[in-house]
Amino acid sequence: MTTYYTKSHEWIRLDGQEATVGITTHASEELGELVFVEAKDEGTEVAAGDAAAVVESVKAASDIYAPVAGTVSGFNDRLSDEPTLVGSDPEGEGWIFRMTVSNPEEVTSLLTREQYDAL
Amino acid sequence: MSDTLQQTPLFALHGELGARMVPFAGYAMPLQYPAGLMAEHVHTRTKAGLFDVSHMGQIRIAAKSGDVRDAALALESLVPANYAGLPANRQRYGLLTNDQGGILDDLMVANMGHDLLVVVNASCKEADAERIEAALSDRCVVTRQFDRALLALQGPASEAALAPLCSAAAAMRFMDMIETHIADIPVTLSRSGYTGEDGYEIGCAAEDGERLARLLLAQPDVMPIGLGARDSLRLEAGLCLYGNDIDTTTTPIEASLGWAIQKIRREGGEREGGYPGAEHVLRQAREGAARQRVGLMAEGRAPVRGGAKLFADAQGSREVGVVTSGAFGPTVQAPVAMGYVETAYAAVDTALFAELRGKFVPVHVRATPFVAPGFKR
Repeated sequence: MTTYYTKSHEWIRLDGQEATVGITTHASEELGELVFVEAKDEGTEVAAGDAAAVVESVKAASDIYAPVAGTVSGFNDRLSDEPTLVGSDPEGEGWIFRMTVSNPEEVTSLLTREQYDAL
Repeated sequence: MSDTLQQTPLFALHGELGARMVPFAGYAMPLQYPAGLMAEHVHTRTKAGLFDVSHMGQIRIAAKSGDVRDAALALESLVPANYAGLPANRQRYGLLTNDQGGILDDLMVANMGHDLLVVVNASCKEADAERIEAALSDRCVVTRQFDRALLALQGPASEAALAPLCSAAAAMRFMDMIETHIADIPVTLSRSGYTGEDGYEIGCAAEDGERLARLLLAQPDVMPIGLGARDSLRLEAGLCLYGNDIDTTTTPIEASLGWAIQKIRREGGEREGGYPGAEHVLRQAREGAARQRVGLMAEGRAPVRGGAKLFADAQGSREVGVVTSGAFGPTVQAPVAMGYVETAYAAVDTALFAELRGKFVPVHVRATPFVAPGFKR
């Protein structure tokens, strides 16, 4: 399973047509501690770049965008009670939502880790 | 950071402490330190936090007659508060009003015995000083002290932190203000603040600012706190932020700040009215205003932020107000907010709905402050 990255600091990990999405360590450090995380309802269709989730710090709300087109298929329920998990393990246990991607090939248009780190 | 931003006397210290700096009211100010907003908020509520508020304006008003009461009476022509009756070494909140009764700024005024010391908001300080000079300069000497340092030490451990440095601090009551020394530094010291906690505001010469801050930070339980936590602290304390919760379009009555107008300045009082917009404010005080500022708490954990519209029904068909400040309250562990609603919806416990990303989430009007105040009466 390869992980791809967006310029807007999301990551996406693809397993067949199912993908897990979260925010990068860099993004979580910029946002600070989170107090609330919410994703679009399961079954919501999203285009690449659509807001698919929102994370809120004490100060501000930030949209999390769908890296590719697809359908939201789940939310990391642990974040309902423990939103700070995003900050402590953003690229692992702190994943935010799952989606069924429309076209798995689309991820290859995203950034590799090396390309993201070079931003 | 743009080089057009002004710097407070503590600018270099903020850098050394690892602050994340942001532009605020024309100054480069610390948003937060490495501990982070949440930890800084909790530390202030449980121990003591040190804030740099040097960007705020300090103005001295001395009567040409030499009698501080004359300066107080002169200031009463701009502010609907009882300053002539304010005893020496006491401080009182007030509001500068315009001809419509709108709020130009909120301020703190202290009777220093020989003159008045006024503290105003950073974004308003030039305009405030001009307004005060224009109205008072025939009777008073108005001196801008915009280069001085101002620190706020806030939280239950503040008194213990100051005690070894200043023998007079512990005996002060809430809203006392004196001229004294901290270590060997001459300061103005008030027992006040804007976090809902016990604490002090300390003014000193710019060149002493950094040394004073270091002395305070060296005390047990004192940590530097940024503007981010200051905002969530004042919101939990139910205190207005000028420019968000009060401005030229809101009157003292609409803003639920009628308590800042003492009886002597109200209808039938000995010095009734006599400030800009008084006829509007007096009429609203008598007849009630069409809208009112209220505290709000949302169900769930999602913060309802400034700008969110408020509705009487879950379908969003009857708009009755707007949120002016909102955040997740780290002490309350729930979303807290304030805003304006039509007066019919202003009673505590009224159920309303806030528009949040296209949904209508239940909120209730709640009494403020959201946290019990820690003032030393």
